[in-house]
Amino acid sequence: MSAVPSTVPSAAAFKVPGFWRRALHHRSFVIGGVLTLLLILAAAISLVWTPWSPYEMNMAHKLKPPTAAHWLGTDTFGRDVASLLLVGARASILVGVIAVGIGLVAGTALGLLAAARRGWVEEAIMRFADFSMAFPAILSAIMMTAVFGAGIVNAIIAIGIYNIPTFARITRASANAIWSREYVAAARACGKGGFAITMQHVLPNISAVLIVQSTIRFAIAILAEAALSYLGLGTQPPQPSWGRMLSEAQTMMFQAPLLAVFPGMAIALAVLGLNLLGDGLRDLLDPRLARAR
Amino acid sequence: MSLFLFKRFITLIATLIGASVIVFLVLEILPGNAAQMLMGPDASPEAVAALATKLGLDQPAWARYWHWIGGLLTGNLGDSYAYSTPVIELILERLTLTVPLALLAMAFTTVLALLVGVTAAARHNKLGDVGLMGLTQVGIAIPNFWFAILLILVFSVQLQWFSAGGFEGWDDGVLAGLKALLLPALSLAVVQAAILARITRSAVLEVMREDFVRTARAKGVSQRAVLWTHVLRNALIPVITVMGMQFSELLAGTIVVENVFYLPGLGRLIFQAISNRDLVVVRNCVMLLAAMVVIVNFVVDVLYAVIDPRIKASDI
Amino acid sequence: MPLLEVDDLHVQLQTQRGPAEAVRGIGFTLERGETLGIVGESGCGKSITVQSLMGLLPSTAQVKGSIRFDGTELVGLSERAMCEIRGNRIGMIFQEPMTALNPVHTIARQVGEPLRLHRGMARADARKEVLALLERVGIPDAASRLDAYPHQFSGGQRQRIGIAMALACGPDLLIADEPTTALDVTIQKQILELIQGLVEERGMALILISHDLGVIAQNVSKMLVMYGGSVVESGPTAAVFAERAHPYTQGLFAARPALGAPRGQKLATIRGSVPDLIDLPSGCPFAGRCRFTIDDCHATRPPPTPMPHGHAVRCIRLGEVIAEGVLE
Repeated sequence: MSAVPSTVPSAAAFKVPGFWRRALHHRSFVIGGVLTLLLILAAAISLVWTPWSPYEMNMAHKLKPPTAAHWLGTDTFGRDVASLLLVGARASILVGVIAVGIGLVAGTALGLLAAARRGWVEEAIMRFADFSMAFPAILSAIMMTAVFGAGIVNAIIAIGIYNIPTFARITRASANAIWSREYVAAARACGKGGFAITMQHVLPNISAVLIVQSTIRFAIAILAEAALSYLGLGTQPPQPSWGRMLSEAQTMMFQAPLLAVFPGMAIALAVLGLNLLGDGLRDLLDPRLARAR
Repeated sequence: MSLFLFKRFITLIATLIGASVIVFLVLEILPGNAAQMLMGPDASPEAVAALATKLGLDQPAWARYWHWIGGLLTGNLGDSYAYSTPVIELILERLTLTVPLALLAMAFTTVLALLVGVTAAARHNKLGDVGLMGLTQVGIAIPNFWFAILLILVFSVQLQWFSAGGFEGWDDGVLAGLKALLLPALSLAVVQAAILARITRSAVLEVMREDFVRTARAKGVSQRAVLWTHVLRNALIPVITVMGMQFSELLAGTIVVENVFYLPGLGRLIFQAISNRDLVVVRNCVMLLAAMVVIVNFVVDVLYAVIDPRIKASDI
Repeated sequence: MPLLEVDDLHVQLQTQRGPAEAVRGIGFTLERGETLGIVGESGCGKSITVQSLMGLLPSTAQVKGSIRFDGTELVGLSERAMCEIRGNRIGMIFQEPMTALNPVHTIARQVGEPLRLHRGMARADARKEVLALLERVGIPDAASRLDAYPHQFSGGQRQRIGIAMALACGPDLLIADEPTTALDVTIQKQILELIQGLVEERGMALILISHDLGVIAQNVSKMLVMYGGSVVESGPTAAVFAERAHPYTQGLFAARPALGAPRGQKLATIRGSVPDLIDLPSGCPFAGRCRFTIDDCHATRPPPTPMPHGHAVRCIRLGEVIAEGVLE
């Protein structure tokens, strides 16, 4: 849940001296930052090295508990769980980045357009956004992937499309606040057009809001991808995915209960990290926000 | 009050009509000829055409829409492509599971969220507040289907108090049915409760800054009594707004959670129907979901008027 | 024994920029049935003083000194004991009647709340008592409006309801924190008369806070002038109004616009601005703004100089101030 701030935070806050000092003292920011870094690190490391190959099946060693050789144990097909988790991080990050990217680019464009044009353009865009948001995300995503085919690409598109109305609404609300400011009126008096004002004044000033929103939607994207993969509609085998690991683990609950714990923890930690990071950024970029902390 | 209700009711009907149009149009643009898909790639064109006619797929869009709406109003929703049974029977049967499940989950959510939110607000900035808010952060991050699996691990596999899934129906008694729905309802509730607890806490803290709270304390009302008798009711407006929105999230959550517990509910039906391209079922189920969401929003609006006498009076 | 004895009261508040001493060494006494006025600009600590009497400060506030109410020490008193005093032995009326009442409770419930809480009255009995109270404070047609909600009343009526609430249990002391500031001038007079009447009728002590000298003049028998968290002048109202010994008091009186003054005459102001309570230096709080300031003024807080009729002034240059005043 995010509330649109009544004062718009400024990305210029990054440049204020002492920002990093405050940031490093902010509990949410630090914990969130560390967890997010771990996520990125896991994906990055997996590109060059994993303890075992995640695709290598070894039926002789299936369903083993954590041992020295397999730190987190093995799954139904003898694959190393730790390696699967590391490579699975890649899928999560990929989905997060692209899905948020789609929402950010298209949604922000729509929101900026709505704020710049006002009138029926704004109304139309906002009605469309409201209605899109009335349908639960998971339902739309399931429908789209089931109809257009399962797979990571379609999952990304489905999740990305769902981000568009959210970004559109947030952008429009913040942009409207900027448009009503005096320096914008001054720019218009100088004859600057809507596009120029949007690019030079509005966009830089709402960038902080967008950054915060992006981290939060990233977290939601990871959850959505996990749910879709769990249902078999997301990342397809043999590409490792945390969500699918959970669905496989569920069939083996009685034999190897730990199999269900690790992938879920990975998802939870990644999402937690991103949420905390987003909260931290929100506080740091605008301490004037009079929210109860 | 009755004028207020009447206006809200008209809005409800209008929204439902709008929703039905959107649902119909969205499913219209889905690619793939339903008849083709049902018959498979090897079927002859004549057979496909014959099935298309039988299913009424060769009619123009508006005619099909009209036919559908007429069916909705009379209770004839057509037959499922996959099961060849009347859709209405399918849906009603599934609803006997999903509606109690959703209500149970909503009840858990509300109780948990209010307790956590108010307690955290009462201990604002002290250890209890920080601890509870940390807990809610974790709650938001947990995927509901993972929590479901964990619950099964602990309570079914280890402790064997509950079964790992399935639902026998209500024939064995209400309690047995509820027992089967307990773990699923909890899995649905935990994430929503975490979100709602945070909202509750914010709302309570906002209200506590109001002047009338100071007046109440000046009368000698204790801090705790102030919270529960003066503050909470005023804080409920934003809280039930969010609860209304959460209901649709809850319903969507049933799609996944019913899969985890192998529950033959509405969510599972939707999922299977989508996978089977059973458009008739999908269309009607989605419409049903939309209707439930709209009705819940209507109920929320009515509750506003009940909670806040100023709203009733101003007749928005 | 006086009803209320405040001695060397210090209140430190936590603000965003650090601790601020909002009240510095205030002391006064109040007998039963006596009326006291506190006058001063916004931010001088008047509201904080009375809120500390009621124990309504935020938990981060630190209160030092002594507040003895009818023999009981209020500073450091347990919250539960404090709850028994509030609304019961001490009643309080606030400045903003529009927001002082709970919008979702009926007025019968709100006015009856102290009765049910402190007197253990049953709902029906409380209701009868509430009706009597509302009629006494002048709510027209009270019987049919018991179950109405605050938004159905005007500002003046809401303040009357607030007064009824504060008086419900017959307190010994009534505190009125700028009760008429937010009301229209015509209503102000009615409310003040109502308070006066009730105070006399029930023999209550009254502490009335205002920034309006006219209100103070007509309603209280003794007064305190506060500035920067301290009392700079105190005494019987008549004496203070007549002498106006402290430079700040003089400034206050001079700043009132006079009826019948010629057009274009500039309003007198006190030069400078109210100091920030966070970094208030030691010494007289008015030093620097005061035209009689000398170096010693910044050094320590002036002790009270007694004058006739129980009048006291905190100024080390009192002699010069009075001399100049006599010459003018």
